[in-house]
Amino acid sequence: MKTLGRHHYVGLLYISPWVIGFIALTLIPFISTIAFSFTDYSVLRPPRFVGIKNFVTMFAEDDLFPKSLEVTSIYVLVSVPLKLAFALLVAMILNQKLRGIGTYRTIYYLPSIFGGSVALSILWRMLFMGNGLVNRMLAIFSIQGPEWLGDARFSLLTISLLQVWQFGSAMVLFLAGLKQVPDFLYEAARIDGAGRFRIFMTITFPLITPILFFNLIMQTINAFQTFTAAFVVTSGGPLHSTYLYALLLYDNAFRYFKMGYASALAWFLFVVLLAVTSLVFRSSPYWLHYMESEH
Amino acid sequence: MKGQRRIVTHVGLILFGIVMVYPLIWLLSSSFKSTLEILSSNSLWPHVFSAEGFAKGWRGEGRPGFGLFVVNSMLLTVPTVLLTVISGVLVGYGFSRFEFPFRKPLFGLMIGTILLPNTVLLIPRYLIFRNIGAIDSYFPFWITAAAGVPFFIFMFAQFFRGIPRSLDESAYMDGCGSFRILVSILVPLLQPAIFSAAIFQFIWTWSDFFQPLIYISSVSKFPVALGLRLSIDSMGIPPWNQIAAMSLVSMLPPIIIFFTAQKYFVEGIVTTGLKG
Repeated sequence: MKTLGRHHYVGLLYISPWVIGFIALTLIPFISTIAFSFTDYSVLRPPRFVGIKNFVTMFAEDDLFPKSLEVTSIYVLVSVPLKLAFALLVAMILNQKLRGIGTYRTIYYLPSIFGGSVALSILWRMLFMGNGLVNRMLAIFSIQGPEWLGDARFSLLTISLLQVWQFGSAMVLFLAGLKQVPDFLYEAARIDGAGRFRIFMTITFPLITPILFFNLIMQTINAFQTFTAAFVVTSGGPLHSTYLYALLLYDNAFRYFKMGYASALAWFLFVVLLAVTSLVFRSSPYWLHYMESEH
Repeated sequence: MKGQRRIVTHVGLILFGIVMVYPLIWLLSSSFKSTLEILSSNSLWPHVFSAEGFAKGWRGEGRPGFGLFVVNSMLLTVPTVLLTVISGVLVGYGFSRFEFPFRKPLFGLMIGTILLPNTVLLIPRYLIFRNIGAIDSYFPFWITAAAGVPFFIFMFAQFFRGIPRSLDESAYMDGCGSFRILVSILVPLLQPAIFSAAIFQFIWTWSDFFQPLIYISSVSKFPVALGLRLSIDSMGIPPWNQIAAMSLVSMLPPIIIFFTAQKYFVEGIVTTGLKG
């Protein structure tokens, strides 16, 4: 560092792509979103200042806004905890000294490599449509399956399941964290006669809270922006039961070309995410543990 | 006793594994069935093997063939991946090996933007690209990659920090310039990170649907994500065998990469810890 340190400004040169990109593609858009949210802007005509009208529309007139907010909240509250619980449970089972861990990890991770792809959404539609595979499988056990995608009571759950199915990345992270827990801690606990549940609550769980914290934040931010599944599988329906926030935003911006209103919606989402993230950060002293001795 | 419990665990893990991949295997088998059989039979093994789904789906019947969408996806994805890696290496190098004013706050700002939801920037970005006439091209994807993707910059910075400084210092003593040090000494050591970044950026860009939906409007420029959606929007009973076959085709590149470069996957997830 000392020797290269003389090259002060060369470093700036190396980071210049990001600096330029940050100003042009992040900073300016970020400020523009705020500015546009106070305008009526349809792309074809220049933006016109309308004060807080967009926010009045949002909170008092647009029925789809509260609906979408409700749907998105339920989606996040169902899919994120379920996904993380699955990821942690499977990681813990895989953390035993078993043969073929690598193979299991590969198989469980497989669905995650497709991310929010259209192909997976199509597959989901084929599996859960009225005469799809899932209902035909249930019929073998003489169970009359519901209209998973056509019934407003089940559609959101079906979409959430697609998210839960992709628990792979979170699992790999948990697994890496579990490997860091030193063996002597488990041995000491076992000698003291602690049961499995006790060991989990007092050793394993506290030591992986940093990873849980990280997973929780990343998954929550992602879940709030889910689009493909709801758009392709159910088109937001039936009865707007899967009308996630990203769909509301897309419709207003790119279907109705209400760029001003859509900017207000985007801005609101940002504030919500900021609040949720800082809530997680704020609460972390109460449950987040760091290993005291670094080795 | 212990052996028995071990067997129970294995059986459980295998059953769970079957449930996890069953949908994918079913998709594979459906691509070789007729639409009628997909909708009526529970058997995983097709009664009659038929390549009709692939043949008709690939040709496209009345709309551009699927081959075009695959080529388009490549044109969109490959430069995006290359530019992401190049910008990531350069910026990561700058942040991790040099001292300059505001280095720390700038790095913090860069990390902060990882948490910034893309949705917030979407509309102004669209308007900017629209104003410079870059809509309905892959330019928005390339330029965003060339400007450095914070997630990957962070990943490269982490890797650079793991390489001992004494290496570049001795080269510097020998009179090497900073760019030559990067290219001839550090980049070879950085290979695992470069692979990880390339792989992740490839499968994310390949599968991305939202951004192409916004930026690409002519069918002749559609990547696979948009091409696939076109196929399920057709009237009447959708030709599920073609749809299944083409979904499978669109999933092949990620699958092939995943199985050939597995160790980079795990390494990539663990060192950066991000995404999912």
